[in-house]
Amino acid sequence: MFSVRIHGRGGQGVVTAAELLSLAAFGGGSFAQAFPSFGSERMGAPVAAFCRIDQEPIRLREPIEEPDAVIVADATLVHQVALFEGLREHGLLLIASARTPQELGIAELGAGGGRVLQCVPARELALRHLGRPIPNVALLGAFAAQTGVIDLPALERAIDGRFAGAAAEGNRAAAAAAYSWLLEHSVGGAPPLASAGREGR
Amino acid sequence: MAEQIEASVAIATAVARCRPEVLCAYPITPQTHIVEALSRMVRAGDLAPCEMVNVESEYSACSVAIGASAAGARAYTATASQGLLYMAEALFNAAGLGLPIVMTVANRALGAPINIWNDHSDALAVRDCGFIQLYAADNQEAIDMHILAFRIAEQLSLPVMVCMDGYVLTHAIEPLELPSQEQVDSFLPPFAPRQILDPDEPMTIGAMVGPEAFTEVRYLAHLRQQEALDAIPALAQELSERTGRACGGLLSGYRTSDAALVVVAMGSVLGTLEVLIDEMRGEGLSVGALAIKTFRPFPRAEVAAALGGAARILVLERAIAIGAGGVLTDSVRWALGARQTPLHTVIAGLGGRPITRRSLRPVLEAAATGGLGELHFLDLRQDLVDRELARCRSSARPGPHAEAILREIGIVGAGPV
Repeated sequence: MFSVRIHGRGGQGVVTAAELLSLAAFGGGSFAQAFPSFGSERMGAPVAAFCRIDQEPIRLREPIEEPDAVIVADATLVHQVALFEGLREHGLLLIASARTPQELGIAELGAGGGRVLQCVPARELALRHLGRPIPNVALLGAFAAQTGVIDLPALERAIDGRFAGAAAEGNRAAAAAAYSWLLEHSVGGAPPLASAGREGR
Repeated sequence: MAEQIEASVAIATAVARCRPEVLCAYPITPQTHIVEALSRMVRAGDLAPCEMVNVESEYSACSVAIGASAAGARAYTATASQGLLYMAEALFNAAGLGLPIVMTVANRALGAPINIWNDHSDALAVRDCGFIQLYAADNQEAIDMHILAFRIAEQLSLPVMVCMDGYVLTHAIEPLELPSQEQVDSFLPPFAPRQILDPDEPMTIGAMVGPEAFTEVRYLAHLRQQEALDAIPALAQELSERTGRACGGLLSGYRTSDAALVVVAMGSVLGTLEVLIDEMRGEGLSVGALAIKTFRPFPRAEVAAALGGAARILVLERAIAIGAGGVLTDSVRWALGARQTPLHTVIAGLGGRPITRRSLRPVLEAAATGGLGELHFLDLRQDLVDRELARCRSSARPGPHAEAILREIGIVGAGPV
């Protein structure tokens, strides 16, 4: 089981990101379960969504308490939401930001346990390729490159299944750009996270 | 062939493949995605002939379904929570008139305090309205139960409520298999109503019945529900032969045959329970789970048989019968008859509080060794309760609990913790 928690603000496509992640995983031959954090969703308010990925059918219906990866769509959340909560040792924190974890002031917070803190300029890449600063899909491209849990072609097929026309094209380009960007800029430090996490089945 | 799909959209698709002729609903979260998807299908002409009737309330939604069904149309509606309560009078009428309406209940808590999250308070509050009540343990079962529901309803001329946990099930995106149109058509014949309002052959339904016959008419309704105890497993078997998977039924056991402790539950908690049971079995604990899939009619004999080997029983309730304890507990106790199997009630998951393995495990362990009381509230914050009780004692006009508790835990408005 590989489990992911995605943070962001209402309007940043957090729920869509979880859905796309599950679609890409499913398209890649895995079982996947995506679900939002069932709050009252308002534009700008902190929201979270979740995704479990496994090689067997997923029966668990509890929230993800110990994610293998946390994806953050809005760097302004880093001191507002408990981003590291439950993140397992050697887990990945992937943040949409053109800054570094040091510049964001979270390098110390996440230190220890071999956790990987990785920033990716997802907003900027989305703005360039999609024309809108919606970081969700670019983040998934970076996530694919960093973890190998999903691959880029599966993500692109998921994008095509969810969007049409220019939105599909722009999101595919943003995902591919973030994928390439991460391969060049990965902080590395931890093995790929394709191995199963601790959540159990 | 499974597809990765939001459960609400899958349910809407399954309902559409049952070829309903009249849809009517008033939007209420977490049911909304289901009826929105159906509405889109009708507007696009993908679901025809079918009329989507916009109504101004749940009372009207159920009333439209009653009228449509009495006129011989296959009718469907969906609701949740306060919406189901607002339908209450019409629910009893639909059942009392024997109209085979199918309704989805996306289970949600009841106010006050207002709460949009999941528990079983809504459906259990109307458990005696005369609808058959099915509870889905997962989304695949919810899909199959809807197809089953139309067939059960029309075969017995009784309305059926398919209950599925709001958000936990309705909003999950996962791989689901949708029965093909051909599979559904071969299982569900066109609606042949037992009674129909037809201008060419006028009749009335809904007569006033006085003390001279009211008992008999109600008794007949009870008999009709009892027939469902035979019909449901037979039809579930027939559907499962077409789909190649288990499709609902009265109940199902998970590792119960040799279990010393059996946990009885309804709805989506069963998946989490199964995972926990596998873990505990691996540690040598003898635990199993019994899923109640049909709550009305209550499968008394089947439950008694399934619990025959249990040394202890834990009933996991996703609702509270205020002033009594658990709703499901009463039925399980009734099923046990004279048997004195120790029985624990655990109230859990109220108003969307997650039911986790972490919290369940010590409770199951305590129950297995006889260390659990008769009534336990999972994850109850006793310190919070004690402080609130102390605050109330210290003032002549302490005001409402809800606002005080929210202030105490530092939440200004309602919202997720």
